[in-house]
Amino acid sequence: MSDTQNFVEIRNARKSYGYIEVLKDISLNVERGQIVAIIGPSGSGKSTLLRAINDLDPLTGGEVWLDGVQVNKTLPHRQYEKHINQMREHVGMVFQHFNLFPHLTVRENVTMAPRLLKGISKEEADQLAEEQLRHVGLLDRIDYYPSRLSGGQKQRCAIARALAMKPKLMLFDEATSALDPELVEEVNLVMKKLAEEHMTMIIVTHEMDFAASVCDRVLFMDQGYVVEEGPPEVVFKNPKEERTRAFLRKHLGANK
Amino acid sequence: MGLDFTVVPAWIDTILLGVVWTIAITVAAAVLSFVGGILFAVIALYAPWLVRQPFRLFTWLFMGTPLLLQLFLIYFGLIQIGIDLPAFVAGVIGLGLHFAVYNSELIQTAIIAVDRGQMEAARTLGLSHSQALRKVVVPQAVRDVIPPIGNNMIALLKDSALVSVIGVTELTLSAQLAIGRTYRPFEFYLVAAVCYYIINLGMEAVLRRIERRIALSR
Repeated sequence: MSDTQNFVEIRNARKSYGYIEVLKDISLNVERGQIVAIIGPSGSGKSTLLRAINDLDPLTGGEVWLDGVQVNKTLPHRQYEKHINQMREHVGMVFQHFNLFPHLTVRENVTMAPRLLKGISKEEADQLAEEQLRHVGLLDRIDYYPSRLSGGQKQRCAIARALAMKPKLMLFDEATSALDPELVEEVNLVMKKLAEEHMTMIIVTHEMDFAASVCDRVLFMDQGYVVEEGPPEVVFKNPKEERTRAFLRKHLGANK
Repeated sequence: MGLDFTVVPAWIDTILLGVVWTIAITVAAAVLSFVGGILFAVIALYAPWLVRQPFRLFTWLFMGTPLLLQLFLIYFGLIQIGIDLPAFVAGVIGLGLHFAVYNSELIQTAIIAVDRGQMEAARTLGLSHSQALRKVVVPQAVRDVIPPIGNNMIALLKDSALVSVIGVTELTLSAQLAIGRTYRPFEFYLVAAVCYYIINLGMEAVLRRIERRIALSR
């Protein structure tokens, strides 16, 4: 690829399930260290777009590039699997419902993938777990099972698990949507900390205030299109499109 | 002629040896049925079509025919094609595979029931499909079916009496030996029944411990 500074590049992404087209020709560029929020009504395709970046929901058309390498390139099945596993090591993902491994302790949740994929020793793994859990403020729960954590703690553990692979890019798929309101802040704080460390992040969210305060850029999606895109102060304060305005009226109203 | 248990003590060694063999064959077959059950479940769900189809025939053979017949096939049948297994080994294989097929059914259902997000989270971290199965999905599925598998294992203990017909001197056959010499069927069958009951209690205690261990990590 040419040496543009685009770290993540999505070109003409299309995705359809049978007759239903959920992504209609979407292009997106993210620079290294940038934080992009994707907002929009449910069913607009925001999660599908996010999940296309690490190929959890493969596109039916278009290309995804990460740091100069095409993610969804055409390869024979076995080679493709290998390629995609390697790509995914560099892309952390955080889910709405945490998806922690319930049969493993917090420590094991964090260290399983690095131990398996990077072959680090038990000592290195312990050190890694402590480092990552301190980072998200969960060191005191290191030997708990996920069932004994609160929602906010679970999500912080999930973030630590993703960070333990030292990803270049973090994807957040409505990371705080399943949390009780009083637990949202502790997760937001961790994400803000990551932002200060210049982690490249793409965040699907319903929290407009958070998006406005952390993100460099906001994408408003509706019905498979990017309707509006720009810096948060423009998209939130002064949207050009009527659809954006309607959405924000509803959402800011509901949030306040 | 009433019941007379005074004949029992003279045969206590035979009976106890039978108990030991029954426990040995049950434990060995249980381990085989557990490991085999996991393997069969993964084959049934994920193996390529060419492997899955013959495997279904094999499954049908074990689910659709009597265990007794299976034991005959393994012990007497295989000799004809040059495979001469010791009776104990034949018994373990027969019981083990038979119950592996039943355990596999349970484990398959449990694998399907593991939340899809678990596989997604594992794959997102870079694990391959088989690594994710091994480290994330199957362990959870197995945990979920420990109680019903435990029930299968108690059925296995009871069905272990069937291996007496291929000449393993386990508890039932030991009782029969004693009866053959003393003509006291009621006494010795009752003694055997009590022994089975006690082994059963022991097994239930072990299963409860395992279940409690699992419950702690939920």
